[in-house]
Amino acid sequence: MFESIGKLVEKAGWPRIIIALFLLSMFIIAPFVNISVGTSISDTIVRFAMNSVLVLSLVPMVQSGCGLNFGMQLGVIAGLIGAVTSIELGVTGIAGFLTAIGIAIPFAAILGFFYGLLLNRVKGDEMVVATYVGFSSVAFMSMMWLLLPYKSPNMIWGYGGSGLRTTISVEGYWLGVLNNFLSVRIGNFFLPTGTILFFALIALLVWSFFKTKLGTAMTAAGLNPVYAKAAGVNVDRMRILSVVISTIIASVGILVYEQSFGFIQLYMAPLLMAFPAVAALLLGGASVSKASMGNVIIGAFLFQGILTMTPSVMNNLIKSDMSEVIRIIVSNGMIVYALTRRMKVRK
Amino acid sequence: MKDQSLTRAKNPLVRFAISNAVPILFIILLIFAIPLSGFSADYLLNEIITRLGRNSFLVISLLIPVMAGMGLNFGIVLGAMAGQMGLIFMLDWGVVGIPGVVLAMLIGMPIAILLGLLAGTILNRAKGREMVTSMILGFFINGLYQLTILYGMGTVIPITSNKLLLPRGYGVRNAIDLLTIRKALDNMWSIQVGGIIIPLGLFAIIAALCIFVFWFTRTKLGQDMKAVGQDMQVAATAGINVDRTRTLSIIISTVLACFGQIIFLQNIGTINTYNSHDQVGTFAIAALLIGGASVAKATIPNVFIGITLFHLTFIVAPRAGKELLGQAQIGEFFRVFVSYGIIAISLALYAWRRQVEKETERRQAKAAIKAAIEDGTGG
Repeated sequence: MFESIGKLVEKAGWPRIIIALFLLSMFIIAPFVNISVGTSISDTIVRFAMNSVLVLSLVPMVQSGCGLNFGMQLGVIAGLIGAVTSIELGVTGIAGFLTAIGIAIPFAAILGFFYGLLLNRVKGDEMVVATYVGFSSVAFMSMMWLLLPYKSPNMIWGYGGSGLRTTISVEGYWLGVLNNFLSVRIGNFFLPTGTILFFALIALLVWSFFKTKLGTAMTAAGLNPVYAKAAGVNVDRMRILSVVISTIIASVGILVYEQSFGFIQLYMAPLLMAFPAVAALLLGGASVSKASMGNVIIGAFLFQGILTMTPSVMNNLIKSDMSEVIRIIVSNGMIVYALTRRMKVRK
Repeated sequence: MKDQSLTRAKNPLVRFAISNAVPILFIILLIFAIPLSGFSADYLLNEIITRLGRNSFLVISLLIPVMAGMGLNFGIVLGAMAGQMGLIFMLDWGVVGIPGVVLAMLIGMPIAILLGLLAGTILNRAKGREMVTSMILGFFINGLYQLTILYGMGTVIPITSNKLLLPRGYGVRNAIDLLTIRKALDNMWSIQVGGIIIPLGLFAIIAALCIFVFWFTRTKLGQDMKAVGQDMQVAATAGINVDRTRTLSIIISTVLACFGQIIFLQNIGTINTYNSHDQVGTFAIAALLIGGASVAKATIPNVFIGITLFHLTFIVAPRAGKELLGQAQIGEFFRVFVSYGIIAISLALYAWRRQVEKETERRQAKAAIKAAIEDGTGG
């Protein structure tokens, strides 16, 4: 009995168990401090759906051995270009959303290709280089948001007449196009069916891609580059392809996020976007070199569960909002844990 | 590969230009930007002297981990947080002036040592990816720091001053005045030459630190660190305790960063309790890299050249941006872009060079084996 628990602990790792127990205790405490569990679960699901595609976008790069994509902001930027351009064109509804995706994907593919070329030259140091590529690209685009000739009055600053606003509402364009598709509403309970289906579709695509010959080759390149090379796999090409796929999914992911959130956030807002997504994936059981669809779903759900539950429960319990601090500790603690763990296994 | 052949260029002038490409690029940038900004020479000189005074300590704190082969220590934010905690206690106890600064350092030091020990231990478990780990560790400790300051102070940790605490009775305010120690070190033995104020006392402290670092590289521990930095396995077989040496380098770096942050904040005159430390790592590292340092080699001249060039860019970029494009904000974003971009490029170039070297080595080894086999069959 104790042995099997010990094994389970070893397999899941202490941080993950502590966080799961923490979340469980939140759900147990909730009814005692007058918080409806139904609403909480509904909120968790909405936020899960909103963030799921961004978390999913990390998987191809992890599988191909490029590590955790701390440069996810590149994909996010491509998505943002798609979003503001579709609003500039004035396309509304699902067509507007698809236009945004259509514009975002080529940008993401081009950015991803060069990003992949770079990462192939810095093998072993991908993560730290990626972080700063992500940071600098966000700063670069901040200049561009000021300079690019967008004209739609819904997006530019009221005074001066140029430069995009820091937050742009997507209301009247494609707010909730996925969330409201086939959605279910019972009292306070809301299920964003469309977004979940959309996530499921992309997850299925990625999953089946990794079942194909190409996908297997990519996994092999990540598991053991020398062996893969000997087996005739072009490791560098696999890595570039994985980076392109990750970047494209991230660009779609931010659009999914925005249609649910309701706003496009520009300038320095995407700066730290990669970290919560990475933390969620790790929380779901992924490591620096291995990730699955299950990790994405469990991780995104646990992570968003904590983000949803802590503020309300803590607020009612101790009359102050510790959620931000807890978010910082949980997400970065999880990443530090994962970074130190793999080296131990290797020994 | 192109990169490597270039560093081997025969012409010494070309070699100099290649190995100092980053500082040269910045000098060229500044040659254009300074006249555009329209600042007077006196103003710029004063600004540079102030910024050298307040940033040198922080940037120097990066040198020792580089020597120990641990790369750029993004974890100096840990030291910065320790320093800020020292300052909070000092303010609560009402000590002013230079004794206050010394007290803050004395309180900050044990916290910095503990945090450094923690960081060193964690980084020893993440060999080969120290930089990204130290960066995320900084974020993680930031969470614990906020927990301590926002919820622990005034409840578990005794802080009584109403000026420090939030109106609700616990947690420290977002912005705290440091009027009681403002420029305490800067004004020590400061002299004025023409229109330029020189804080001789502060510069003496920085000079002492430089001498310390120089002396340290000559000690047994310093030599051990160099050996560990070159090759951990060789160092271990030579009887050096690798993990302990690496941890010590991080502890020293963290303690220096703690002092550095106190010096920085006494010059600024206020603490943003929850933000002041955020960018310490990024800015110090960007400055060091702009000074011509790399992940594997950083010297004291790199520190001073780097701070001068980086902060000149900082001062003139917004004004130049305004003159050139009519928007000061572009200049602001530009300098953020420059600090992140320079780190990205430097790290990428270093990693690339290392990869090329590894491949060349492997190819040479292969050729040697092949030659040996052929020798064997032939003879």
